[in-house]
Amino acid sequence: MLYFSKLRILFITLFSVLFILIASSNLFKFDDNFFDKKINLGLDLQGGSYLLLEIDNEPVIEQKLQNLTTTIRNYFKEKNIKINNIKMENQNIFFNATDNDKQTILDVFQDENSELNPYYPRFKSHQLEIEDTGSNFKVNFTKQGLIKLKTSSQDQAIEIVRRRVDEVGTNEPNILKRGNNRILVELPGLDDPMRIKSLLGKTANLTFRFITNDENDRFGVEKLKFEDGLEEATVSKRIIISGENLLDAQPKMDTQANQTIVSFTLDRVGAKRFGKATSTGIGKQLAIVLDGKIISAPVVRDTIASGSGQISGGFTFQTATDLALLLRSGALPAPLEIIEERTVGPDLGQDSINAGMIALAIGFILVIIFMFVKYKIFGLITNVTLIVNLFILLGVLTLFEATLTLPGIAGIILTVGMAVDANVLIFERIKEELKDENNNILAFDGGYTKSRTAILDANITTLLAAIILFFMGSGPVKGFAVTLGVGIFTTLFSVYFIARLFTSIYVSRNKNKEKLI
Amino acid sequence: MIAFNKYYNHFNLLSSVLIVVSLLLLIFKGLNFGIDFKGGTLIELRASDSKINVSSLRDRFNQMDLGDVSVKKFGNETDFLVKFENKDNKKNIIEEIKANLDKSFGNNYDFRRVENVGPKVSAELLKSGVIAISLSLALMLIYIWIRFEWQFSLGAILALFHDVIVTLGVFSLFSLEINLSIIAAVLTIVGYSMNDTVVIFDRVRENLRKYSDIKIFELTNISINETLSRTIITSATTLFALLAIYFFGGEILKGFSLAMILGVVFGTYSSIYIANTVLVRLRVSQKTVLREDEKK
Repeated sequence: MLYFSKLRILFITLFSVLFILIASSNLFKFDDNFFDKKINLGLDLQGGSYLLLEIDNEPVIEQKLQNLTTTIRNYFKEKNIKINNIKMENQNIFFNATDNDKQTILDVFQDENSELNPYYPRFKSHQLEIEDTGSNFKVNFTKQGLIKLKTSSQDQAIEIVRRRVDEVGTNEPNILKRGNNRILVELPGLDDPMRIKSLLGKTANLTFRFITNDENDRFGVEKLKFEDGLEEATVSKRIIISGENLLDAQPKMDTQANQTIVSFTLDRVGAKRFGKATSTGIGKQLAIVLDGKIISAPVVRDTIASGSGQISGGFTFQTATDLALLLRSGALPAPLEIIEERTVGPDLGQDSINAGMIALAIGFILVIIFMFVKYKIFGLITNVTLIVNLFILLGVLTLFEATLTLPGIAGIILTVGMAVDANVLIFERIKEELKDENNNILAFDGGYTKSRTAILDANITTLLAAIILFFMGSGPVKGFAVTLGVGIFTTLFSVYFIARLFTSIYVSRNKNKEKLI
Repeated sequence: MIAFNKYYNHFNLLSSVLIVVSLLLLIFKGLNFGIDFKGGTLIELRASDSKINVSSLRDRFNQMDLGDVSVKKFGNETDFLVKFENKDNKKNIIEEIKANLDKSFGNNYDFRRVENVGPKVSAELLKSGVIAISLSLALMLIYIWIRFEWQFSLGAILALFHDVIVTLGVFSLFSLEINLSIIAAVLTIVGYSMNDTVVIFDRVRENLRKYSDIKIFELTNISINETLSRTIITSATTLFALLAIYFFGGEILKGFSLAMILGVVFGTYSSIYIANTVLVRLRVSQKTVLREDEKK
């Protein structure tokens, strides 16, 4: 237990020095190519905003089923199979068929190569399930079909969220998927998330549609309110162009009318359709509808063939800028709801860092003084080990670019308090061994060997708690689990290699000294 | 040698009372859940105008129809913590509040921290908190069951339950807030308490093998004394660290460090007075460990 080979000593020294260097790299700014790893500060320490968004998939499911109703109707029409009364109700599609066709219809839905009902071999499941209720057929999404739908709307949504956040130009945003219907947005350094929140809260579904007085419009009509919420107009459901046709949108100042406008450019298809609609619809009112509300409804005066136009609607420069941004980044597939928000101002973050550092320093000094008073030379060994341990811990956190949070700092302080436990167990055991053992070296050997199970037990129990916290905890608490867990490994390393090395050197030099400890 | 075993009965009685009282408190008074688990909104506000105080803030917030509002000082004279239910989960509530406060206080305040937890998220957080604590207790149970004879496992687990229940009981008694960091603290307490118990148990088992003629009543006392200086030193250094966090680590970590301090105190106590007494009451003897050794 006391013997260390030269090679081993070299290894321990190099390892410790390496981690001390890595840990201290946080204090300097290196060239990125040389060494660019740093401990990340959590949002609670550097300030910033944490937003958890949930996608409301109900409208997507509704829309998708609506489309499917048409698809199913057309499919069977083409195949000359007669189905009747197809309709969508409570998120189910219902239809009737004659008894002769029933089996054919079921086969179409249950065929693995079905065009109508895609089969996912990986999940051994179709997109849709069909049930013969006796009086009619009932079609609905399978569990897998629903999951596919949700993940695809999540994929689309995260892309749009990313574009919008990027457009606002915040510092290194972190945008991640959570489950299959949530998106996590972390915005470091942002102390007022109001603008981003309002941008993410809008679906930004833009359509250009004619206002009509003809209740029997071929495409159907709906009554929509104007933005101000007072007036109402009847709008055709026929979409001339939508947000998808937009190539660009920018806020502009209309010097003639002295108001802020949003000017836009259309893609080829959009330009063609817009040109055609404006040439046939001169004199009509064209409603510009955003998320179910009419922004404005200008009268078409001229054919617009250039593929560009402008929207006016009593904007301030800020609202015009935001609308242009929303139009550029595209529409969300479904509305988002902010279900959790945590924002910390930068000065509170700095205060927390300061408080954490002061607590760490004071806790550290108390422990060091206590250990020195209690164990003298061995206390000194423990203290040196403790300092190296702290550096290795910080080094490991740097290497893995871990995120340090306020509870994470608490975890480091706690590690300082608990790290001495292993050394104390060893030293106390050596003391006991020395009671009936005169040979110092044998007593030390005994002390190390006999305390090992207790030390292992002690650290495994804490590690188990840390592991559970890591997997179950969220955000800042996770940071605590990381420092506590990593701290256990660095502590064991420093106790069994560094402290033991120092102890062995001291004991071999004082083989015959009485009352060694 | 200190005769810890002289008070086994007294302290068992005390612990039983503590557990019963804690359970009654938990059942009838319940825990003061923070917004993490109850949902709602929290605002930490710093004022630069002496006109802004608890009562003027409370007046302002009460006019805004936010449901139950609580306003408290937070750490010093200029910092306040405002919490409310946000029942209807209004979207732009923070902006509305800002506009409203601007009217009475101008620009003399600053929101330092805003947290808003929706009802869905808080229910999930509570569920995962309960799962985390149960899972850690279960894992400890499995671990100790693998490492020791069942009598020991029972002792350790009883000690563990005692620490968790009594710590939560204190939180209930003083209506201290339970938030995410308290869950972290409770889990760490579980680890710490187990650690402390295992060190003494290790020694008890070692002594059981060594001495065949000493009764468990005496033997536990010897083992406690042999490991006593370690128990004291480790609790002391851990408490130093925790007290440093409590007094200097800022207002946010206060609840966390308090829970841990309580846990360390109860954990140390229960290792001596609960875990060991279970061994005594179950009449553990040398045979218990030897039988187990033979099996292996």
